[in-house]
Parts: sequence; structure tokens; C-alpha cells
Amino acid sequence: MTATTIERRLPKFGGFTLGMIALELRRLVRNKRTVIFSIVMPPAFFLIFGTSGDYRTERIGDGNATAYVLISMAVYGAMLATTSGGAMVSIERAAGWSRQLRLTPLKPAAYVAIKLTLAMIIGLVSVVVVNVVGAFFGADLPVGEWIACAVLAWVCALVFAAFGLFMGYLLPSENVMQILGPALGILSFAGGLFVPLDTLGHTFATIAKFTPVYGVGELARYPVTQSGHLWQAVLNVVVWTLVFAFGAMWRFRRDTARV
Amino acid sequence: MTLTAATDLAAAGTGQQAVNLDGVVKRFGTVTAVNGIDLRIRPGEVVALLGPNGAGKTTTVDMLLGLSQPTSGTVQVYGRAPQEAVALGLVSAVMQTGGLLKDYTVEETVRLTAVLFGKPRAAVGVALKRAGIADIADRLVGKCSGGQQQRLRFAMALLPDPELLILDEPTTGMDVGGRREFWDAIREDAERGRTVIFATHYLEEADAYADRVVLVRRGSIVADGTASEVKALAAGRTVRATLPDPERLDLTAIPGVETSEIRGDSLYLHGRDTDAIARYLLNQTDARDLEITSRNLEDAFLTLTADEETPA
Repeated sequence: MTATTIERRLPKFGGFTLGMIALELRRLVRNKRTVIFSIVMPPAFFLIFGTSGDYRTERIGDGNATAYVLISMAVYGAMLATTSGGAMVSIERAAGWSRQLRLTPLKPAAYVAIKLTLAMIIGLVSVVVVNVVGAFFGADLPVGEWIACAVLAWVCALVFAAFGLFMGYLLPSENVMQILGPALGILSFAGGLFVPLDTLGHTFATIAKFTPVYGVGELARYPVTQSGHLWQAVLNVVVWTLVFAFGAMWRFRRDTARV
Repeated sequence: MTLTAATDLAAAGTGQQAVNLDGVVKRFGTVTAVNGIDLRIRPGEVVALLGPNGAGKTTTVDMLLGLSQPTSGTVQVYGRAPQEAVALGLVSAVMQTGGLLKDYTVEETVRLTAVLFGKPRAAVGVALKRAGIADIADRLVGKCSGGQQQRLRFAMALLPDPELLILDEPTTGMDVGGRREFWDAIREDAERGRTVIFATHYLEEADAYADRVVLVRRGSIVADGTASEVKALAAGRTVRATLPDPERLDLTAIPGVETSEIRGDSLYLHGRDTDAIARYLLNQTDARDLEITSRNLEDAFLTLTADEETPA
């Protein structure tokens, strides 16, 4: 073997590396829109809508109304964060970066896994930030339930990581979050995240149960409210996860097909 | 000993082709972009794929990189399927446009490439330096000029230390200075023995930087030789003549004809000894209205690569 011979081998895990996650995370944080959507807006909304005097004294389940709003905002933040994480693929496709990556050993499945990981990391940051702000501004909840709610808000946001990915492959736009941000706002109203469903009237409340935000919100609040709709909520989350995941897979396969 | 890429590569020095295209055809619906290309490139050659826009250069490059697959025929790069060769870093490319993210810095972009190819951090600095962009390492890609971005693509392509480097219209949109700097960097690199294939529609680039020029026209190779051979091809003159049914003429019987073309009643014969061609036409055929024109390199290129007005 000559000295000039280079040993060439394929990377492990199809190119899924901590090094790439670290670099991508750095880039994600550099994007001001992402930071505002996922880290600034949710705590700001919490402070505006959840911290009035009445809310601090009003009890809902084991906590006060402020805590109830806090959980909703944690869900909202995690949702925005994971959606924008997933939707990164749209910018990358528009820039021709996805094509550039095909000139590396990175496997498409590893790329998607990295995007999902990033979405969940930024989702986690969002949930933690909202909850820390909540702890300083009057949210009152037993610690065990508090943690359970935060973890549920985060884990269930996987639905929206899949949603973001699906939309990212579907919409070849540089500003996909300008569409998805308001869309998530509407879905949040529709799913009873901002306003309790029983204030919306019977018909609307029934429709609401089929929208994707409903299940996540209901599940994340379950430790506090012990709501009777647990199985509906679980079913909602599972079905929407499958819908978005299959949608993302469908577009992803089309995108990476070598014609 | 297990069979690794390295052992295969040892064979690369012992007669293996860098590129082997065998009867490659690529159709998009009813459009035939590449129409039967056979091409073998030896390790260490610097080859220009020269042709006008739409000749099938980029389609060929895409197939070499495994970005698309031929409709028929086979493509091999260092004896492997292109996708595999790309994943192993045997072949890399500088693409025409795109492929960069604005909110990465120059250094981060190259570092990401290093991470993907499993190269050490030190390789990043080397690649930046060789591409001549070490001084702008911390600049955001979005703030780089077109030429700087192109050198960044070059740095990324250098990272896996490929056996074969493919450049697709690498200097499109660059000014003269940027173009020269870019080619200086490429030339310096090619002197280390790397195989280079570059697609271009700039004749002077092919002339200045390639050992071998492959002229492509409408998806087929119309000329293949050293730059000086192509120049010799262009050194001759053209005899134009009018005659009825030029198709019936046995062109091989005419002395000195190198290329020919028939347009309706007009016959265009190209060769170095145009007097002999003219003499033959006047004495042996019904040809009339003879015109003899000389052509320069540019004309030769255009004649060889231009689309016929009425495709057969």
C-alpha cells in the first residue's frame, strides 16, 4: 500500500453525529425569527395572559389558573419550536443545500433524524424557559405535576416536529414559518389551547377535538386537570403524529428519489 | 483482510479508469438530454467537457455524481457506482449555483463537511487555505461575493481529498479577476495529480486548463482530443457548395474532408486542404456556387456544437 493511499470508509449511523447537531444548533440560534417564535413569544404571552391577580387566586385542579395558562404556553412554545425546527428543511431545499448534502455520505434518513433531534432540543429549551418564567411569576402547582406537565408538553410536541418536517417538504419557501406561525395560532385557538373549549359552544367544541393541537394540550394538562377525555386526547395525538409522519415520509421519498 | 475501499484504491493506480461511461442515455420524458455517450477518463487527466448550454453537460455531471440515474447505459467512477464513490469521498464536485446556507460562516460550512466525511478539524484549515479563503473564515456565507462562495464550494469539495474533482460551470457569474484566481487555485491543486473534469461553455477555459477537451453537442460527443488537436480541427477552412441531392454524395471519397454538414441544397465541407476539396467538387460533382471561408477557434466550436436549424 502506498503512502498516498487514503483509507476511505463510510461514517457510522449514516452520518448522524453530535458534531453536525452542534453546528446546526448554532445556526438555528443565529436565526432571529426562530428564537423569537420559540423562546421569546411563549413566555411573553404567558406574562400577558396568565399573570393577572384573579388568575393567581383562581384554582383549576391542583394548581392556580396562572399555572394552567403556563402549561398551555409551554405547549404553544414547544409546538412553535419543533415546527420551526422541522420546517428548516424547506429553507435548505430552497437553497439547494439538500442537494449539496447528497454529495456527502450523509444518509437522508440520518438527515431527517438530525432535524427531528434539533426540533426536540429547541422545543425543550422553549419549555424550560416558559416554565422558569412561570415559576418566578406566580404559577402554583405541586412539583411532581409541574414536571409531568412540562415533560408531556415537550414529548407531545413531536407531533409538530413531524408537522414542520411535512410542511418543510411541502412548501418550498424561504419564509415557511411566516405561514406556519399564524397557522399554529389558529390551530391553538381551535384546539382549546388559548381559550377553554366549553366557552366556545357545543358544535365548535366537538370539531375542536379533531384538530391537532387539542390532544397535545389536553394531555399536557392532564396531570393537573385529570380530565375525562384522556383517551380521546391520546388518540388525537397518535393519529395526527401518524398523519404528519406519513405525509413527511411521502414528500421526503419524492424529494430524495434519484430520477 | 477484509475488502476495504483502500485496497480497491490501490488498484486505481494500476490501470483502473477514473470514469467509465458506457452507452449512457438520459431522457426526461420525450427530451433526450444525453444521447449515447461513451467516455473513459484515466486517473490524473484534466478534462474539459465543452459545449453550449443545453448540450447535456450538467446532465452528464449529475449522473457522474449519482444525483440522477441514466435511462440506459452504465456509469462508473473508480470502478464503483457513483453514489458509492460520492459517499466514500472518491469524487466530489463544485456545482454551478446554490448549495450553501447563508447563515453559516465560511468556516462552519467547511467544518460541517469535515464532520460528515469524518475528517479531523485540522483538515478544515487546510481546505480553507488551499481554496484561498482562510482570511474570510468567520464571514457569513450570505455576505460573501459570488467568487468567494465559489471558492467555498471548492474548499468543501477538497475536504474528502477526492481522487476525482468535478466542476460544473465553475466560473459562471464571476468577473475576470475572480475567474483567474479560481482557476489558479484549481490548477495548483491539479498539479498534485488529481483527476479533474470541468464542464464549461467558455472555450478559452477549456483551452487554457484542460489536457483533453471533450466537445459535447445535443447529448453526444462530437470531438475528443487534446486542446491542440481541437485547435488543429479548427485551423482549417470550410467549403460551401450548392448541389442537388447532396445526401447522395459519397463524402468519404472527397480528399481532406474532416467534418461535413448538409443543410438543404447546401453542403458544408471542412478540412485543412480546402483547395483539394474544391477541385474535387468542381471536377467530379455537379456542385456550383462554391465559397471558401476560414474559421477561427470560436467558429469551429460553434460549428461543432451548434444545433442544426432543422433537426433530423
